[in-house]
Amino acid sequence: MSDWPRILLIGYGNPGRLDDGLGPALSAKVDDASLKGVTVDSDYQLTVEDACDVSGHDIVIFADASVRGKAPFFIEEISPQSPMSISTHSVTPEAVLYFAEQMFNSKARAYVLGIRGYEFNRYEERLSEGAKRNLEEAFQFIRKFVQSGNLHFNEAGF
Amino acid sequence: MAKTKVIEIEPVTRVEGHGKVSIHLDDHNNVKVARLHIVEFRGFERFIKGRPFWEVPVIVQRLCGICPVSHQLAAAKAMDIIVGAKKITPTAEKVRRLMNYGQIFQSHVLHFFHLCSPDLLFGFDADPKKRNIFEVIKKMPDLAVQGVMMRKYGQEIIRATSGKKIHGTGAVPGGVNKNLSVEERDFFLKDIEKMKKWAHDALNIAKNYTLEHLDMIETFAAFNSSHLSLVREDGALDLYHGNLRAIDAGGNIIFDQVDYRTYNDYIMEEVRSWSYNKFPFIKSRGHIDGWYRVGPLSRMNTSGFIDTPAAQKALEEFKGLTNGKPNNMSLAYHWARMIETVYCAEKIEELLHDPDLQGTDLMVRGDRAEEGIGLVEAPRGTLFHHYRVNENDQITYCNLIVSSTNNNEAMNRAVTKVAHDHISGKPKVTEGMLNHVEVAVRSYDPCLSCATHALGQMPLVLDLYDAEGVLLETKSKNL
Repeated sequence: MSDWPRILLIGYGNPGRLDDGLGPALSAKVDDASLKGVTVDSDYQLTVEDACDVSGHDIVIFADASVRGKAPFFIEEISPQSPMSISTHSVTPEAVLYFAEQMFNSKARAYVLGIRGYEFNRYEERLSEGAKRNLEEAFQFIRKFVQSGNLHFNEAGF
Repeated sequence: MAKTKVIEIEPVTRVEGHGKVSIHLDDHNNVKVARLHIVEFRGFERFIKGRPFWEVPVIVQRLCGICPVSHQLAAAKAMDIIVGAKKITPTAEKVRRLMNYGQIFQSHVLHFFHLCSPDLLFGFDADPKKRNIFEVIKKMPDLAVQGVMMRKYGQEIIRATSGKKIHGTGAVPGGVNKNLSVEERDFFLKDIEKMKKWAHDALNIAKNYTLEHLDMIETFAAFNSSHLSLVREDGALDLYHGNLRAIDAGGNIIFDQVDYRTYNDYIMEEVRSWSYNKFPFIKSRGHIDGWYRVGPLSRMNTSGFIDTPAAQKALEEFKGLTNGKPNNMSLAYHWARMIETVYCAEKIEELLHDPDLQGTDLMVRGDRAEEGIGLVEAPRGTLFHHYRVNENDQITYCNLIVSSTNNNEAMNRAVTKVAHDHISGKPKVTEGMLNHVEVAVRSYDPCLSCATHALGQMPLVLDLYDAEGVLLETKSKNL
């Protein structure tokens, strides 16, 4: 058994809507890189059953496009939180963690990675130039973090 | 002059998409008009014009992240006609069917366990702080976990048959581009008994709830309507392919075994100024009386039988409640939905034992056509896709009638009936009363994103206006 942390990256968003596809695009890049200990998933939006996957990991990174956040990206640690209501269009990362904790006793440490995008409101499957640059920076950040084998971004020197 | 108040519920919670309910009250708080408005703009049919036809089964999945498989399959069936694939291979059809059963299984489970179970388990009037999925997790953790595991099972079937979760490419014009490997088959066989059992347990919850609350359910958002769905040539339930059958509220056939490619001869769509969602109706009955319902309740009503044992037994009990006549109770959708969940589990098992799923003959081609119409039964009801293609392989025409559009008039009637029964004449409108309206809408499991063909969001609001249209009060629910 290895002590290497088990990391789950869930990139979510709609690739058919320009920069909203940043999350799945990051998942695709990380998947191609075959990073040690990393499981990659992607979807249109978070769903309740993501809780099941979260429960088998030490670290979970929810990667999404950010409409107004800091460029090139921001990362924040989050904790489980019970919202008042759900729909399958609007399960938050905090709610997924809540489900994972309540139903599967998950103790995963979790982060939201928001990659800044710039164009969202058209039906087109491409990333803007600015989003592509931000995606690359986010990917390099994730790669270094994963290779550090640490469980905490701060402890890993990020 | 008597004044009118208007109440609006926006967003409607625990449904998919974005909608608003408005209820107009007179001076005595009696309901004058109640409507479900679809407030997103539909634009997909225009967007898709000019795109190459072979992209369509993938592109249409952008309509909605909730039932992309249904759109993929309906579009692929339409494109089968375009590429001249009059009959796809057994492997292709069975892989597509497996995909559809996986989709409907997971969608019904999500709706039952996570969206409507709080209403059924805790009551429509319960404290909203306790009437939610989180309370279900606390009070019935095993049930909540079952819901998640069942949903995951269905999603994994979609992934295996469609290739990937986002923009799956499994169903393509003329067939499929992958079969189900032995390893994938064995993975699903490992848990199928558990899925069948849990589906049956959920069926019992829905059935028992209905029988125990029959006095309420017989009147709550209950009204006579016609019903429409696909049925197999022998009249059996079929969620992937067949012909159209429509019956009236008494069970009399309006039309039967209609080739869905001629749907335009039987169905028309009416536009009303206050909603982006159209109002389809059966032509022969006219736009006033021709509206109908679709979805699980309608499928139980139109189908003569089900070709799997446990679901057939459940159907017999379901039909027994109304002595074989159509069941017109909106809340019976829940029971019907769980019968279909059992059916899907049984069909998944049946298919997993079929060696055709590992076949390698995946595609067929024939004489190119310029027009294709595809139809499947989606979780929420009958889904129509209609396309025309030019000599450059570009889409020149697209018309979609999605399930929640087919149910548009019925959902409006449900809102009206509940508003009359539970709000009319009451001095104060409470949260519990508003939830009654939402319960009625939720029983149809609408996907309002799909209905308007917009991408993505769904939130519902409630405003109170006087006779001059001045806003008196707003009650909104944030998701």
